[in-house]
Amino acid sequence: MTKKRMVLEGAHFINGDVACAEGAIAAGCRFFAGYPITPATEIAEHLAQRMPEIGRIYIQMEDEIGSMAAVIGASYAGLKAMTATSGPGFSLMQENIGLAVMTEAPCVIVDVMRGGPSTGQPTLPGQQDVMQAKWGSHGDYEIIALAPSSVQEMFDLTIEAFNLSETYRVPAILLADEVVAHMWEKVVIPPAEKIKIVNRKKPNVPPEKYLPFMPDDDLVPSMACFGDGYSFHATGLTHDEHGYPQTSSSEVQGRLVKRLCDKIRRNADKIVRVEEVMLGDADIVVIAYGIVARAALSAVRKAREIGIKVGLLRPITLWPFPDGHVAKITKQAKAIIVPEMNCGQLVREVERSAKETPVVFLSKLGEDPHTPMEIVEAIRRNS
Amino acid sequence: MVEEMAHPLSKYSRAAMMPHIWCSGCGNGIILNCFIQAINELQVNLDKLVVVSGIGCIGRAAGYINTNSFHTTHGRPIALATGVKLANPELEVVIISGDGDLFAIGGNHFIHAARRNIGIKVICANNFNYGMTGGQQGPTTPLGALTTTSPFGNIEHPFNLVHLAAASGATYVARWTTLHVRRLTQSIQKLLQKEGFCFIEVVSPCPEIFGRYNKMRTGLEMMEWFKKASTVENFSDPAKAEITPEKIVVGEFVDIEKPSYEKLLHEKIAQINEEALKELS
Repeated sequence: MTKKRMVLEGAHFINGDVACAEGAIAAGCRFFAGYPITPATEIAEHLAQRMPEIGRIYIQMEDEIGSMAAVIGASYAGLKAMTATSGPGFSLMQENIGLAVMTEAPCVIVDVMRGGPSTGQPTLPGQQDVMQAKWGSHGDYEIIALAPSSVQEMFDLTIEAFNLSETYRVPAILLADEVVAHMWEKVVIPPAEKIKIVNRKKPNVPPEKYLPFMPDDDLVPSMACFGDGYSFHATGLTHDEHGYPQTSSSEVQGRLVKRLCDKIRRNADKIVRVEEVMLGDADIVVIAYGIVARAALSAVRKAREIGIKVGLLRPITLWPFPDGHVAKITKQAKAIIVPEMNCGQLVREVERSAKETPVVFLSKLGEDPHTPMEIVEAIRRNS
Repeated sequence: MVEEMAHPLSKYSRAAMMPHIWCSGCGNGIILNCFIQAINELQVNLDKLVVVSGIGCIGRAAGYINTNSFHTTHGRPIALATGVKLANPELEVVIISGDGDLFAIGGNHFIHAARRNIGIKVICANNFNYGMTGGQQGPTTPLGALTTTSPFGNIEHPFNLVHLAAASGATYVARWTTLHVRRLTQSIQKLLQKEGFCFIEVVSPCPEIFGRYNKMRTGLEMMEWFKKASTVENFSDPAKAEITPEKIVVGEFVDIEKPSYEKLLHEKIAQINEEALKELS
């Protein structure tokens, strides 16, 4: 089999779900477990075709709980692994997302957001799972979530999610929305050798000296895999550096949970990515992500045409939240406008970081994301 | 000077995890012992063995065995083990978990793994209740039994686990009690050597919790019940093997050959790739 067939190359006209699936293949994903759900089903369908073709594993599990568990198992057996779902399935996955956090299993979860709560509006877009992505499983933890705004980013950020997940041994979530997932656009896929791929750190000590949960300076432990000859124990219980349960030690609990948070918090500068458009002289800033950022960009351009100094800050990384970037613009902005397809989620993070600067929230629910004119109107009102 | 003598099987256990958490009279130690005897007999390569467990008293067994082990969330060991087995089919993947974990919260994963016939081996300690949380009614609690959440007597009909496993498609199904140490050990050896999804139910005493409420206050009393009620009926109809106070049918119920999921999957991948290669040439 030629390399070309393994990973697509060149320009393609595809939808976001397919781009995500191809991104996973390019990132080196060798295991996909999932369960059909609109609007993420096409990811599973595409991988059911592609993965066996290139000698990789696709399995349809009995539910999303099982999908997430299987992904952790495959990750521990040494494969890069992914699942894809939407709101109702994402809710079911939360239990084992917590297990992946606790056992530091690198893995990628794609959540194509539709309208909720509950079964909601399966075929329509939403941005209602932003807080669930951060806080969905019980207990304290930090996680990584990326929000693609285009079909190209469905490809690019899926690879980025794998790379971050492998680097920090943490689940990385691709928080897409129905429009980005179902939209067809041109995607340019570079040659495989030009794509940056990161693999988890392997232990550099012999098995008898290996401590599976002893972190290096970056707070991330190296990872042996089942079958490598480094027999070790992993548990969802609070555990020490050997992986052994320590269920009554406050000291171990403090040390472990703090490290799980700090490995993301202290590396946030390396993780966080934003797009900044015309922010230089802007005294009004629109903060938008996902498909809504496309309308926001158009709105910013239109408002500039009528002489309003407005810019766009697009968080690509939703978690960890780019606090610093928001704090920076508050020095120049007299108003921040946040359009979101929910009743107010990321806007709360913006408010927290913006401090005194007024934040205007534009809510939209249902079929259509914000139109550029709706956002222009809000810009005009606050200029 | 007397040299300190190591137990001949000590390499199979993690000394750092001792003492174990199990009560006196509990059957879990017997099950663990039988498992270790079986892997010793077969000289299983510990580097290629993965033991997965869920939540509950027996769930701690995974950590006690000196091999690759994963102690999962409640009810999910089979689903997690599915990922391990598919990712690396060379690994021998065994689940040691309890009746509540595998058949209440995890019941869906059990029936689907059996249907798929994925090559993972499940050993279930059935102690008729949730021991770790203090003795609540569960999916195998006998009708009428007293537990902390069936204080007036259980009115739910219990699962007949061997019937469920057989109906779901398992290629090997057996039931023993912790009294049947030799047969259980041999049965575990067989389970480890078979292809596909295999299941052994081990009826296990829980005198501290289940027995306390049900007039079997000691491990001995529970074992006496097993002795009195057990009857070996190999390859009898699993549908007729409900556990009752009077009768516990033990033995092998199913021993069939059927290609495993991972075998079919890898054959399919090979076939597709051959076709793909032909297309390209």
